[in-house]
Amino acid sequence: MDGRQYYTDRKDSEEIAVIEAKDLTKRFGKQLVFENLNFKIPDGEFISLIGPNGSGKTTLVKIMMGLEKKTSGELKIDKSQTIGYVPQFRNIDLDYPLDIEQFVRLNLKFTISPTKRRENNELIKTILAKTKLTELKDRPLGLASGGEKQKAYLAQSLLNDPKILILDESTASLDVEVKMQLMDLVKELNEKYNLTVIFITHDYELTKKYTSRALFFKGKTLEEVKVSDVSEDMFEMGS
Amino acid sequence: MFGYEFMKEAFIASTFIAITAGLVGVFVVSRNMSFLSHTLSEIGFAGAAFGILVGISPLAGMILFTLVSSIAVGSLSTESSRREASISAISSLFIGLGILFLSLSSESSSYATNILFGSIVGISSKEVNQLMILALFVIFVFIIFYKPLSFDSFDHIGARAAGLPTRLLSIAFLVTLALSVSIGAQIVGSLLVFVLLTLPGATAKYVVHTVPKLIMVSVGLSLAGVWLGLYLAFVTNWPVTFFISAFEVIAYFLGLSYKNWKLNH
Ligand SMILES: Nc1ncnc2c1ncn2[C@@H]1O[C@H](COP(=O)(O)OP(=O)(O)O)[C@@H](O)[C@H]1O
Ligand SMILES: [Mg+2]
Repeated sequence: MDGRQYYTDRKDSEEIAVIEAKDLTKRFGKQLVFENLNFKIPDGEFISLIGPNGSGKTTLVKIMMGLEKKTSGELKIDKSQTIGYVPQFRNIDLDYPLDIEQFVRLNLKFTISPTKRRENNELIKTILAKTKLTELKDRPLGLASGGEKQKAYLAQSLLNDPKILILDESTASLDVEVKMQLMDLVKELNEKYNLTVIFITHDYELTKKYTSRALFFKGKTLEEVKVSDVSEDMFEMGS
Repeated sequence: MFGYEFMKEAFIASTFIAITAGLVGVFVVSRNMSFLSHTLSEIGFAGAAFGILVGISPLAGMILFTLVSSIAVGSLSTESSRREASISAISSLFIGLGILFLSLSSESSSYATNILFGSIVGISSKEVNQLMILALFVIFVFIIFYKPLSFDSFDHIGARAAGLPTRLLSIAFLVTLALSVSIGAQIVGSLLVFVLLTLPGATAKYVVHTVPKLIMVSVGLSLAGVWLGLYLAFVTNWPVTFFISAFEVIAYFLGLSYKNWKLNH
């Protein structure tokens, strides 16, 4: 099936929210990070999460992942939705020993059943192909380029067949061309498999080109902005 | 050489110890805990001396001290730089304590030499059994936690992101590390146990790139060093520890050269 058609077929189900926040508030001790966030993320949307450094983007997705506790309010996530999460920072140095395939495999569940093992091997093959890593699979991750590393992180997060994908500044520090390749790949997953994507970024062009809507941290609150209304000054650091 | 009962005992004990150390070592290296394993062996020295002083066995004293301190470290701040500073401060205190315990106890000073430098050849069959049980326990824990522990050790951030209980894994690992230090010290001594716990794992990292292969190479190097050390010690009457550390250090630098050579080809 052609990706685009699938995208339009989906239109009438678009109002199903997979994530919904009501008056969501987070404090670290006395420090208020954000207050009374209200938003809905519809199924299959490619949405960007933008705002200056320190505004709470990472904290918000960590709450979605259950890695941080909310202070008050509500965050509803559809139970059927597994989430794949590519964190902002990873410590992979030059000496890192595992090759790309082995790195991706870390996220596999343990099994001794031969059938399951075969299934796992198939799954790895599929995921490596999907993320265009098949030819690079034997390269030590420590020696991979920035873009290859990001693809490996992406591949690993796709192993448990997520319905929602969260990318935390995955394109930061990549060359323009490499950024576009990675984003094309994510867009393809979004359209082909109806994957909901939450993309944290400081990149104006990528937001315009790939996402349909932006959640914008303005002060301590979050505004929903149509992509046509996204302006460059929303990306000024420290604003 | 197996005509001698004591060599047979020594061989069995060191085989188990080498397997354990090689296995644990892969994870010590990937979790960046070489430093901690060094410190734990110093703490282990104090523990062994304490064991002698109060009349429990040196092994029991060592396990007691290393277990308590590794769990304390596990609950300390997770920020590694701050952790290392406080660990090294504490470790010097423990060396001092070890010396104090030894001088307070009435045992002869050959005990001190044994603790520091190893005494595998004098090992009794009861001690061999103890070491075997401890080693099997460590291996068992690794089999149980193999998958999640690999994930957490080779990609801590990813493991957290995937929702793994990383805290629990860290404590399970620290417990096995403490036990490995304690049993490894019985052969190479607490002064050099970190050689067995870090060098084979570090060498493996330069030559192979999957977790199972890392474990195989590390265990292989650890076994080779220990067996060769025992044999050469038997033949020459020089200390086992010398041969083991010499072997592992040479293997390490060969591995490093191999990696650099491969990078340029
Ligand atoms: N674990 C934490 N403890 C205390 N403060 C934190 C913690 N994590 C983040 N913060 C603070 O919360 C604010 C938001 O951080 P973060 O979500 O990382 O921002 P962003 O991802 O938008 O750059 C910052 O002021 C940061 O210092
Ligand atoms: Mg962030």
